[in-house]
Amino acid sequence: MKMTSSTETISGTEKIAEIKELYKKFIGRKILFILFSLILIFIIAGVAATLGSYPITVIEVYSIIGHGLFQSVETTEEIVVWNLRLPRILMGILAGIGLAIAGTMMQGILRNPLASPFTLGIASGAGFGAALAILLGAGIIAGETGKYLIIGNAFVFSLIPTFVILGLTRYKRATPETMILAGIAMLYIFNAATTLLMYFSEAEAVKAAYFWMVGSLGKASWDAILPVSIVLAGCVPLLMWKSWDVNVMGAGDETAKSLGVNVERTRIAILVIASLMSAGIICFTGTIGFIGLVAPHMCRMVIGGDNRFLIPASGFFGAALLLGADTIARTIIAPVILPVGVITAFMGGPVFLYLRMRKRREYW
Amino acid sequence: MVKLKIKDVEFSYGSVQVLKAVSIELAASEMLGVVGPNGAGKSTLLRCIDRILKPQRGDILLDGRDIKEMHLVELARKIGYIPQSASQVFPATVFDTVLMGRRPHLGWRSSEKDTETVLETLQLLNIEEFAMRDINELSGGQQQKVFIARALTQEPDVLLLDEPTSNLDIRHQLEVMDIIKNIVKEKQISAIMAIHDLNLASRYADRIVMMNSGKIFSTGNPVSVLTPDNIKHVYGVEVKVNDHDVRPYIVPIRPV
Repeated sequence: MKMTSSTETISGTEKIAEIKELYKKFIGRKILFILFSLILIFIIAGVAATLGSYPITVIEVYSIIGHGLFQSVETTEEIVVWNLRLPRILMGILAGIGLAIAGTMMQGILRNPLASPFTLGIASGAGFGAALAILLGAGIIAGETGKYLIIGNAFVFSLIPTFVILGLTRYKRATPETMILAGIAMLYIFNAATTLLMYFSEAEAVKAAYFWMVGSLGKASWDAILPVSIVLAGCVPLLMWKSWDVNVMGAGDETAKSLGVNVERTRIAILVIASLMSAGIICFTGTIGFIGLVAPHMCRMVIGGDNRFLIPASGFFGAALLLGADTIARTIIAPVILPVGVITAFMGGPVFLYLRMRKRREYW
Repeated sequence: MVKLKIKDVEFSYGSVQVLKAVSIELAASEMLGVVGPNGAGKSTLLRCIDRILKPQRGDILLDGRDIKEMHLVELARKIGYIPQSASQVFPATVFDTVLMGRRPHLGWRSSEKDTETVLETLQLLNIEEFAMRDINELSGGQQQKVFIARALTQEPDVLLLDEPTSNLDIRHQLEVMDIIKNIVKEKQISAIMAIHDLNLASRYADRIVMMNSGKIFSTGNPVSVLTPDNIKHVYGVEVKVNDHDVRPYIVPIRPV
């Protein structure tokens, strides 16, 4: 009798050691994926900097970048790299990080695989704001003022859906269903309003508004990089800090409450932060779709649903995805530059479907 | 010694009153079964005790302190809640699910000690082999054990179980109930379980509360509560009760 119990303990400790090992490996795999995505960004960025109508080699690009860090840019090559390609690349990275993380957190707090800056109406709000500014004359106001009017208007209107959702939660409990349905209602309302606006406008202005809405990194400039960086630097750490609570909320509201999470308050706070971050990006780029929806899902398929790792993973992977899509958009039928939103959907759609089909496990 | 005191608790969903002046006392290391027909208010009562729902009236005292005045995290260290079924949409391993139970005790990161606690608990419930599997791949019985493990890593004084056996086959029913019974005795935890199966309630509960339309109809040991008259009145079912001394066995005959 004593023999059996002692052998049982031994096999028990062995089993435990084995699980610990497996768990460590699992975490190792997550970190590896994050590093892989980070390296991917650098590779794509390096390639993207060399591509374009003006031929510059990789080595030249890096020496120009190194050079320009300390001195003002003078030659054509330097101007092309510093004032055209670098802002575009940086904007791609920042927008990819921000949109993917916003999508991850929105899906997490709403426990819904369809949640994204799009489905919560943020993109539609921004589209309406920009269209309003363009169609009512901001497009005519020459130069900087007009540009800032569009950005400002897009930013303000993109936050309206979130505030409407917040308003509703004062009267109804902040359940995922209430919030996501409110977001979708706002999406339809703003899309209808934009359509109506365009219906009564001049063809040229409609074209400009439409171009704004498809979303591209072409509007990127150093002036835009700074505010977007500030928004990300403010929002991402807050979201990371709450990642553990979002994990717990994934187990259901009741369980999360029983584990000491103030579910409604956390949900609202994260929605506001993620919306602010999306709005801060979309008002500069237009509505780049799909990254916020798909990057989190792709990463979840590889590393699982633990948000502590999923936030950096989908941020970096989203950046690589968006940067890759933009590089293709710039080169596939050069000199015509396609809007990156089109490429993300065309590229991301099939890849996403393929991954979804291949995965044997049934989850989102 | 009174662990948990529920005093005149009332709760309504909108205009529908679900709990009417409910008062219960729970002793330390006691296993209390709450029975009653569908809609009697069993689950609502459990949710009020864990502040998942806020009762409109009445007080709930834990070790003499009003739970309304406790911080959510403090309450989470004292009361563990075990839901009926999983509502996990996104992937989560069993290990990470059980680790969530450490949430009231830790900040942003989990420590080596937390990992140890999780592993010990997995072993206690004999589910360590599933540690790295996804929770949604497990059967209902296995999931139930994972939820119990999660609640235990909270290191609570009181466990609340919402129909822990409702989705389980007969073997898992007994396994899960035995586990709970043992934990209650060994760790000196008190437990309240809402349960449909009167025979399981009779077999495992130290004391039974029978509820009907939001009110307590009868309280006491299984023999005094699970009588043919009470069951007929509350459930509208005629039964025969085979008396096994302290643990009556109920055989349903027909609805009346």
